[in-house]
Amino acid sequence: MKLSLILATLLLTPAVTLAMTAEERGLQIAKEVDTRDTGFHDFKASMTMLLKNRHGEESLRDMRNQTLEVENDGDKTLVVFDEPRDVKGTALLSFSHKAGDDDQWLYLPALKRVKRIASRNKSGPFMGSEFAYEDISSQEVEKYTYKFIEESTHEGIASLLLERYPVDPNSGYTRQQMWVDKERYIPIKIDYYDRKNVLLKTLVFRGYQQYLDQYWRADEMYMENHQTGKSTLLTWKQYDFRSGLTDADFNKNSLKRAR
Amino acid sequence: MSESFFRFVLKHKILVILLTVAVSLMMGSGVQHLRFNNDYRMFFSEENPQLKAFEMLQNTYTKNDNVLFVIEPQDGEVFTRETLIAVSELTKEAWQVPYSIRVDSITNFQHTYAEGDDLIVEDLVLNPASLSDEELATKQQIATNDPLLRNRLISPSAHTTGVNVTVQLPGKKLTEVPEVAAKVKEMAKNLEASYPDIKVHLTGMVVMNNAFPTASQDDMKSLYPIMFGAVILVLVLMLRSIPGTISTLIIILLMIIATMGLTGWLGIKMSPPTTTVPIVIMTLAIADCVHILVNFLHFMREGEAKYQAMMESLRINLQPIFLTTLTTAIGFLSLNFSDAPPFRDLGNMAAMGVVLAFLLSITFLPAMMMMLPVKALSGDTMGSLAMVRFAEFVIRNKKQLLWGMGILILFLIAQIPNNRLDDRFVEYFDETIDFRQDTDFATDNLTGIYLIEYSLESGETGGISDPDFLRKVDGFAQWYRQQSHVLHVNTITDIMKRLNRNMHGDDDSWYRLPEQRDLSAQYLLLYEFSLPFGLDLNNQINVKKSATRFTVTLESISTQQLLQIEEDAQQWLLENAPEMRIDGASPSVMFAHIGSRNIIAMLKGTTTALIIISLILVVALRSLRIGGISLIPNLVPMGMAFGLWGLTVGEVGLALSVVSGMTLGIVVDDTVHFLSKYLRARREKNMSGEDAVRYAFSTVGTALWVTSLVLMVGFGILAFSHFQLNAGMGLLTAITLGLALVADFLFLPPLLIYFGGKKP
Repeated sequence: MKLSLILATLLLTPAVTLAMTAEERGLQIAKEVDTRDTGFHDFKASMTMLLKNRHGEESLRDMRNQTLEVENDGDKTLVVFDEPRDVKGTALLSFSHKAGDDDQWLYLPALKRVKRIASRNKSGPFMGSEFAYEDISSQEVEKYTYKFIEESTHEGIASLLLERYPVDPNSGYTRQQMWVDKERYIPIKIDYYDRKNVLLKTLVFRGYQQYLDQYWRADEMYMENHQTGKSTLLTWKQYDFRSGLTDADFNKNSLKRAR
Repeated sequence: MSESFFRFVLKHKILVILLTVAVSLMMGSGVQHLRFNNDYRMFFSEENPQLKAFEMLQNTYTKNDNVLFVIEPQDGEVFTRETLIAVSELTKEAWQVPYSIRVDSITNFQHTYAEGDDLIVEDLVLNPASLSDEELATKQQIATNDPLLRNRLISPSAHTTGVNVTVQLPGKKLTEVPEVAAKVKEMAKNLEASYPDIKVHLTGMVVMNNAFPTASQDDMKSLYPIMFGAVILVLVLMLRSIPGTISTLIIILLMIIATMGLTGWLGIKMSPPTTTVPIVIMTLAIADCVHILVNFLHFMREGEAKYQAMMESLRINLQPIFLTTLTTAIGFLSLNFSDAPPFRDLGNMAAMGVVLAFLLSITFLPAMMMMLPVKALSGDTMGSLAMVRFAEFVIRNKKQLLWGMGILILFLIAQIPNNRLDDRFVEYFDETIDFRQDTDFATDNLTGIYLIEYSLESGETGGISDPDFLRKVDGFAQWYRQQSHVLHVNTITDIMKRLNRNMHGDDDSWYRLPEQRDLSAQYLLLYEFSLPFGLDLNNQINVKKSATRFTVTLESISTQQLLQIEEDAQQWLLENAPEMRIDGASPSVMFAHIGSRNIIAMLKGTTTALIIISLILVVALRSLRIGGISLIPNLVPMGMAFGLWGLTVGEVGLALSVVSGMTLGIVVDDTVHFLSKYLRARREKNMSGEDAVRYAFSTVGTALWVTSLVLMVGFGILAFSHFQLNAGMGLLTAITLGLALVADFLFLPPLLIYFGGKKP
C-alpha cells in the first residue's frame, strides 16, 4: 500500500506540470527565475568587455555598474565608463520598465550635459560589442512571451530549455532559446535568432558564484556572433551586494557625479 | 613497336571499341561532381596581393557582398506615399533575405536631429502612409542633401532610390548565392506585382556572382549546338564519308564526356572561361581525326585494301599528330602561369582534352573505321591542283612577299601599344544579361558599382576621434569629391559633423568636425547607443576604434582611369597624411590589376612554352637552322593579332592575356606540318628550296587551310558568348590562327627559300 502511494505521488507530480501548456510552463519557469533573483535590493560591480573581430584584433571596454531593484517595475541601472579613455566619465542611466520603452540618459563629460537617448532602438550593439543593450538590460519577465521546449542536459547540467519571444517590435530577434539550470533556475546559455530566424549569436554564462547565499551571478558572459565571427567576453568583478544604494543615486544629478 | 600496336588495334577492333568507350565513360562519370563557381573571387589566386588586401579590410570591418534593389517609380518621384510605402515594405522584407546582416534604405536611414537637450535618432520615414505633402517634401530635402544618401541610395533628383542588403555568406556551400538570388528575385517580382507603377532592378555583387553560372549555362545552351552543327557540316564537306563523320562525332562526344568527367573528379569548379573548353577541344580533336581519315580515304581511293590503307595512314600520321598534340598541350599548360585560376583550369582541361583526343584517334577511330563499311569515292577531295598554282604564285613573288609581309608584320607589331588595359567586371557580361542591364540602369540613374575602399588608420586605440585624424580624413574626402567620375564618398566625418550640429541645436554653423577628441568619442558613443540592430557603425569603425573605412563610389570608368585616380589619391595621402597611407582595396581594384598581373605572368608562361616547344621542334626536325626559322611563323601571328586588335578594338584585359599561350601551341601545328614536308622533300628527295616549297604546298596545303578554317570557325563561335571574356578570347584566337595561316603560306616559304640553307 505504502509503496503504491509513493509511486502514485511520483507519477502525479509530473502530471501536474504536464497539464500545463508549453506556454504556461515556459512562463512559470521565467517567473521562477525572476522570483529567485528578487530581493537583492542593490549591487555594485565592475565590468570588462573584451571585443574581438574576425581578424583577431582585440579591444577593451571598462565600466562600473550599479543596479537598484525597483518593486513592481524594472531595475534602475547606472553604468559609468572608464575605458576607452576618451569616454571616461561618461555615464548611462537606464530605467527599465516592465511595459513600454526603457528610459535612458547619457552624461557626456566633454559637453558637461545630460542627453536623453530618445530612440526606440535598444537592439544596436552596446559599445560596439556583440551585446545589444537588450541583451544585458534588466531581463523583466514581461519583456517576452515564453514556451517550454524540453528538459535537457546541457554540458552535464540538467536544464530546462525554453524559447522566449521579444514583445518589443524593434527587437533585433525573432526568438531566443534559453537553457535554464533546473536546480538553481539560472540561465546557462542563450541562442539568439535574428529577424530571419537564423542563429545569430550564442551567449554562454560561465563561473557562477552565489552571493548572500541566494543570488547567482556569472563571472563571465561570452557572446559569439556566428554570422560575423566577432565575439565579446564580458567579465564581472567585485560584486558588492546591498551596498546601501538608494533612489537618490539614480537620477540625472547623480549621473554627473558618477565619475 | 607502333606497328604492332596498330595491328593489335585493327585486329581486336571490338575489344578496343568497348575498352575505349568504357574507359571514357568511367572518366565521364565524374560529371556528377561538376559544379559551377559563383564567386567573382574565383578570378583571383590566394596569393593575389589585391585580394589579400581586400580580405583584410573585410575581416576588419564587415564583408560587403550585397544586393542592391534599384526602385524606379514610373512617375519619376520617389517621395510619394505609395512609393515610400513600397520602399518601407521592401526594407522590412529585406531582413528575410538569407544571410542578410544589414539593410540600408531611405526609409530606415537613421535620421538625427535635436529637440531641446535631446538627440532624436529615428527612421527617416517611419509611417509613410500618414505623411503630408509638406512632410514628403521635407523628407526629400533631407535625403537628397545627406552626403550618406545622395548618389548612393537616392538620386539627386529623387527619381530612383535603392535598398541595399549586405549579406555575409558563410562560403561553405555553392547553394548560398542562388539561395539569395532566388529570394531577392522573388521579392522584386512580388513588389512589382503589388505596385504596378514601380519597376525593380537588381544589382550588386551577389547578383553578379549568380549571373556567372546562369550566363554560362545560357552560353552552353546556345553555343554548343551551333558548334556541333558547324562540326558536322565541316566533316561532311571535307570527308564526304558518312562512317568517317560518325566516328569523328563519337570521338568528340567521348572526349568531351571524359574531359568534363575528369574535371569533375579533380574537383575543378566550372567557370565562364572553362565553359569554352568543350568547343576548344572539339575543334582540336577534329584536326587529328581529319589527318588520319583524309589519308586513309586517299589510300583506299588509290586502290589499297581497307586494312592496309589504315595501317599506312596511321604510320605516316603518328609522328606529326603526336608532335602537334604535345606542343598544343604544352601551350595550354602554360596557362598555369596565369594569376587567374579559371584560366589555369581552362589550360589543364584543354590539355587533358587534346591528349584524350590523340589517344582516341589512334585507337577508337581506326577500330571503328574497320567496323563500319567504307566505300572509297572516286575523285580527289580537295583540289591540290589549286594548291600547286598557289605555290607557283608564292614562289614567283617571293621577293615582294618577303618585303611586303615583313613590312606588314612590323607595321602591325608597332600597333601593339595601342592596346589599353581594361577590366570592368560588369562588362564581362554582354547587354543581353539581366545583371548587365540592371547594373547599367543603376549606374545611369542611382549609383555606381565600382568602388575603392580604404581602411584609414589613426595609429592608436580610439584614434578615430582625434580631431587631427578626422581633419585629414575629411580633407581626403573633400579631395575625392572634387575628382571627376566620383559619385559618392562614404566617410565617418560626415556623421561626426552631423552629430556636432545636432548637439548644438541643429545650428548649421556647427556643421563641422568637433575640435576635442573626447567630445567626438562621446558623440559617437551616444549615437551608437541610439542605433538599431543591423545599422550600427561596426561596418565603418574597427573594434579598437583606431581605424575607419572610407569608401569611394565611381562611375563606370576604365581600368586606366580607376588606377589613375587611385594613384592620385596615393599622392594626396603621401603629401597630406603620410602616416595613414594605404593602398585602396576593392573588387574594382582587384580587377584593375588583374589584367597587367596576368600579362606579366603569361609572358613568363608563353616564353617558357616557346622555349620548350622550340627545343622539341629542333629535335624533331633535326635542324637548328630550320628550328630557328620556325620561331618566326610561330611568334609573328601573335604580334600581328595584338597589333590588329590595337588598331581596331584597342582594349585588352584578363581574357586576352591568355591568348598568346593558348594559340602558341596551335599555331605551331601548321608550322610543324609545313616544315616536316619541306624537310622531307629536301632530305629524301634532294629537292631545291623552291621545289620543296612546292612539295609542301601540294601535300599539306589543303589540310592546313582546312584545319585552320575549322579552328577559326570554332573559336569564332565563341565570339557569340554572353561573356565578353570568352567572346574576346575566341575572336582574338581566331584572328591569330588566321594570321598564322597567312604567315605560313605567304611569309614562311620566302623565308625558307632565302634562308633555308643549302642542305638542311
